[in-house]
Amino acid sequence: MTSNFGSTDSTEADVEIKRLPVQNSEELVMLRKHVRDLAVQLRLSLIDQTKLVTAVSELARNALKYGGGGEAVLRIVRNGPRHGVRLSLIDAGPGIADLDMAMLDGFTSGGGMGLGLGGARRLVDDFAVHTTLGVGTVVTITKWKR
Amino acid sequence: MDRIPILRMGDLLLVTIQVDMHDRLAMTLQDDLTNRIVQDQAKGVLIDISALDVVDTFIGRMISNTAAMARVLDATTVVVGMQPAVAITLVEMGLSLPGVRTALNIERGMALLGKRYHE
Repeated sequence: MTSNFGSTDSTEADVEIKRLPVQNSEELVMLRKHVRDLAVQLRLSLIDQTKLVTAVSELARNALKYGGGGEAVLRIVRNGPRHGVRLSLIDAGPGIADLDMAMLDGFTSGGGMGLGLGGARRLVDDFAVHTTLGVGTVVTITKWKR
Repeated sequence: MDRIPILRMGDLLLVTIQVDMHDRLAMTLQDDLTNRIVQDQAKGVLIDISALDVVDTFIGRMISNTAAMARVLDATTVVVGMQPAVAITLVEMGLSLPGVRTALNIERGMALLGKRYHE
């Protein structure tokens, strides 16, 4: 069974910058640093940098905790005059059985604070989840330069 | 193994977090602080996070838990120096650090704990 939440606009052009492993919390620290560097390079505001890096941290933590680790793909995305940072977190975990529930605040199956997906969604401009039971989950977020 | 140093000043403990912590480092700090409260009979704990440019729910929970453990051990925790961008992000994400006292800087944090800075 496959579920989707949100989508990315197919007219947007993106360029892959980096692929990084997310298998442990040291790699999560490295991922945060790479995302911060790219956000600085694209001159996102300090607040937008912080929101993006925090969202990435939450999603990477999900990938570690529920997906058994995974991979992050970092991209620069363009749509007309706009540009921004796009990041996908890919895991080969069990998938999310009830995606609508998982998006709600306060819902957790892992003993956390239940802010992971919903909290991360509020910090970015675009948010999309593609999950298939038994195959894995891809979460893609975008933060545009204002 | 990496450790974040804990300084004692009278009956206060001071921790300055200056690195982007991986999870084990954060959990070690939580354990170390709890042990030191008892060992040093501390009445207050100041956690300076002015160098932290990201606080996610894991670190937020570590801070909340540390404050709760300190309270059970009769010590008050004050988190000082949060960057404005971190405050905005935490609130938008929906994390409000329940039960944690905060102050703008170390001086005000010490005042909150009933100490004078130049004592």
